[in-house]
Amino acid sequence: MNYNKKTFCLFAGPIIIAFLMVLVIPLLIGVYYSFTEWNGRMDQVPDFIGLSNYIAIIKDEGFRNAFIFTAKFTVVSVVVINAIGFSLALLVTKKLKISNFMRTIFFMPNLIGGLILGFIWQFIFMGVFQTIGEITGLEFFQGWLADANTGFWGLVIIMVWQMSGYLMIIYIAALQNIPKSLLEAADIDGANGWTKTRHIIFPMVAPAFTISMFLTLANSFKLFDQNLSLTNGGPGGSTEMLALNIYKTAYTFTNYGAAQAKAVVFFLLVASITMVQVYINKKKEVEM
Amino acid sequence: MKSKQNSRVLLYIIGVLTSILFISPFYILIVNAFKTKRELFGSTLTLPKEWMLDNFKVALNKLSFLWIGKNFSMEGFFGSALFNSMFITITSTILIIIFSSMAAWILVRTKSKMSNIIFYMFIAAMLVPFQAVMLPLVAFMGRLGLQNRMGIIFMYLGFGSSFSIFLYHGFIKSIPVSLEEAARIDGCGPWKVFWKIIFPTLKPIHVTVSILNIIWIWNDFLLPQLMINKKGTQTIPLKMYLFFGGYSKQWHLAMAGLLIAVIPIIIFYFFAQKHIIEGVTAGSEK
Repeated sequence: MNYNKKTFCLFAGPIIIAFLMVLVIPLLIGVYYSFTEWNGRMDQVPDFIGLSNYIAIIKDEGFRNAFIFTAKFTVVSVVVINAIGFSLALLVTKKLKISNFMRTIFFMPNLIGGLILGFIWQFIFMGVFQTIGEITGLEFFQGWLADANTGFWGLVIIMVWQMSGYLMIIYIAALQNIPKSLLEAADIDGANGWTKTRHIIFPMVAPAFTISMFLTLANSFKLFDQNLSLTNGGPGGSTEMLALNIYKTAYTFTNYGAAQAKAVVFFLLVASITMVQVYINKKKEVEM
Repeated sequence: MKSKQNSRVLLYIIGVLTSILFISPFYILIVNAFKTKRELFGSTLTLPKEWMLDNFKVALNKLSFLWIGKNFSMEGFFGSALFNSMFITITSTILIIIFSSMAAWILVRTKSKMSNIIFYMFIAAMLVPFQAVMLPLVAFMGRLGLQNRMGIIFMYLGFGSSFSIFLYHGFIKSIPVSLEEAARIDGCGPWKVFWKIIFPTLKPIHVTVSILNIIWIWNDFLLPQLMINKKGTQTIPLKMYLFFGGYSKQWHLAMAGLLIAVIPIIIFYFFAQKHIIEGVTAGSEK
């Protein structure tokens, strides 16, 4: 059954136009801008300068530090968020009387936007932690967000608080899809908890793991709002992540050409890292 | 048997402690929103001695949360942060539902190279981070005079298209063509076939698509920041950003503002909780 061209355009046309205008055309223009020097002003024609912006990126210490910080942050948060998300899913599927209540609570932080989330936690780290530190006399709680290290863990904590409930939902669905008969058969065969987890539960949730890892990886690498509102990259740019570095290059330093070149590199990084991750995970799924 | 009971008790303890840990930021937000400046710095963890409402008056005003200008009026309401957020979120979501489902259906039902290429283009776009198109988008949209509320709705339609079409596409593939063929024999054109038969059967996906888009658009900060930074058109996250910049030392006011900003989506959560959880599940399984 095929429809004619007119019908096709009628149905797909409107959204294709929107898609072209906000994504495809800006992406193409953006690649051009990355080869220019431009201050962002409309009346200014961007000057074509070839590869200079890309060469400058290699020497740009701020961008390099942002890359290292982002990469470290991503590795840590992917591991921690998935581990906690999966544990929460195991916990709430144990059929306790408070299971439904816990689901509601664990998912709730997801609804709050990253920007607002960062502000709330800024108060917790600076105000509440300070108070706890004074009461208990523990140095651990004092001076949070005041250096790169606590800023790093601050960002990890808020990401964990926000995202682990989301992953919990994904893992719950996967856990519930495991046929009961399979686990019962394992019980009869005398398998212990760890054997069951290793040989039944893990392989059965492998597809959920692929998706969860993709989501955490992409979200952590692209993190912007939380970074802006929690630390704003400070102190001294030590907690600046890639997205924020690009934003500041454009809007604080009005260096649009350079910012756009960074954005193109950023795009290539995000796309290739996530594609490699999905490819590897998919391969593992099949092997299991 | 005894050890099984013990492990259940242990699970309860872990469950309760984790819940407290997860809920404590909300507790801190609430109790501190009602304190005076002095009390807040003395004790951030305790309940307020006296529940102060003045913070909210200031915050509501400064956020232009319910109205813009001095006093409440209907006209003032249409410039408020709450109205702008709701208007932009709801309109964008409705347009995304209508146009993505239409496009996804025709893409599934048209077996041609072109339709395949278009579909994969939409999918591939999910890998494009916003920063990659941000600067040219602002320049381009500015030139077209689309840096306003209607413009941003159009942009959400474009940005929301990929994932939404992907979700619809997966579901439509499972709808048997015979259903439509019968209607076509009865003389229905494609327009009627879609709206009378397909659109209603997509109801579960409509729910998923709207929930995922509502949460994302409601919370989006950067696009409004770049596109609609004019008084009277700003959304809640945008207002919150400006408000916080001005009051970052006055935590009691900031807390009240943050609490106000969080309330609408929490209310939405309690009404649509079941659908939200289902929507997230469905959205992630594709």
